[in-house]
Amino acid sequence: MNRMNREQMARRVAADIPEGAYVNLGIGLPTTVADFLPPEREIFLQSENGLLGMGPAPAPGEEDPELINAGKQPVTLLTGGAYFHHADSFAMMRGGHLDICVLGAFQVSVFGDLANWATGESGAIPAVGGAMDLAIGAKRTFVMMDLLTRQGESKLVQACTYPITGLACVSRVYTDLAVFDLGPDGARVIELVDGLTLDALRELTGVPLMMGS
Amino acid sequence: MIDKTVGDFEAAVAGVFDGASVMIGGFGTAGMPDGLIDALIAQGATDLTVINNNAGNGETGLAALLKAKRVRKIICSFPRQSDSQHFDALYRAGQIELELVPQGNLAARIHAAGAGLGAIFTPTGYGTLLAEGKETREIEGRHYVLEYPIHADFALIKAQRGDRWGNLVYRKTARNFGPIMAMAAKCTIAQVVEIVPLGDLDPEAIVTPGIFVQRVVQSRPALAAIAA
Repeated sequence: MNRMNREQMARRVAADIPEGAYVNLGIGLPTTVADFLPPEREIFLQSENGLLGMGPAPAPGEEDPELINAGKQPVTLLTGGAYFHHADSFAMMRGGHLDICVLGAFQVSVFGDLANWATGESGAIPAVGGAMDLAIGAKRTFVMMDLLTRQGESKLVQACTYPITGLACVSRVYTDLAVFDLGPDGARVIELVDGLTLDALRELTGVPLMMGS
Repeated sequence: MIDKTVGDFEAAVAGVFDGASVMIGGFGTAGMPDGLIDALIAQGATDLTVINNNAGNGETGLAALLKAKRVRKIICSFPRQSDSQHFDALYRAGQIELELVPQGNLAARIHAAGAGLGAIFTPTGYGTLLAEGKETREIEGRHYVLEYPIHADFALIKAQRGDRWGNLVYRKTARNFGPIMAMAAKCTIAQVVEIVPLGDLDPEAIVTPGIFVQRVVQSRPALAAIAA
């Protein structure tokens, strides 16, 4: 079967982000979606640390330590962009003003529960950042992740075993093998990579799956 | 004549007492008031409760304050970073208390303190470990967690320009927590790159009105050059 690579996954997510959308891309893999947004669409990228209209990384030598993204990497501001303080930034999330948020995950349940902030490993220093606000805030929360762990365990699960970030908040999951819509009724498969059957996907995930949107 | 400007960093942090709660602006190092933190280390106040988004980066600023063992407790959203070694060591040795707060709840609780609210109901964190034991309420079908304001004795923040009345404007994403911390502390101390004459700041563009600021100090010329 034709497992999607990281770039293909980012292109796939980018294709679903419409003109005019206000979008927050989470740290890590979701950040790469920005590189594949169709240039003919005007899309507003928000960063939790107080900017809207975030542009690409600056040219070498043009970095500004006071113009960074949530991952603390240097970025730029598009013409028409704006700066604001933290209470406004998180009001944009919590207040339902963002259209789409794309996040990574350790696990997602078929009902849309998200686990992406801690593994519960003893001795680990906890850190949550904006994960819980992002998870529950946007009109639609997308997750982008490999379907299986390196050990071959499905990250789409019946119930999360890792600590929860938000309940029933994920509406769609983009993976390297399939795209799923989630909801109170469970998971529906809306796309499969070539060469993968629904039965084989059921075997891989071990969770009930319906076909079609 | 009202003049909130002070001559140097030492005067700016005068009166910070042992056991004080101190908000420190910044998201990572963007907006971190490094001059004020250095002065606080020299001033010697200890047993502090610090409120910041992070828990120090590298060797300077908040990391240096932690390394000097002046901080009893930190309230933050994201302590663990690749260069948070001083916090990590203190935490693993049980020498610092951590209150982990989702970033938006941190902002909302700080804002609530400044706005005089007794508490807030926030949807963030509902059903998670960070809401365990907290009061919850269902309002129009959505679940919320009761969270209390975070007040502070002092706020140390960084802005780009300020005047003698304490009006402030910021620079790019260095703004972050500055405006809300200024509202939430009894005594807000702003490190600015430039002190300008009253009237130079456009009244339509002032981000923090002077009512929220008690002291303004200009960065040393070397720091001003870096930030310009």
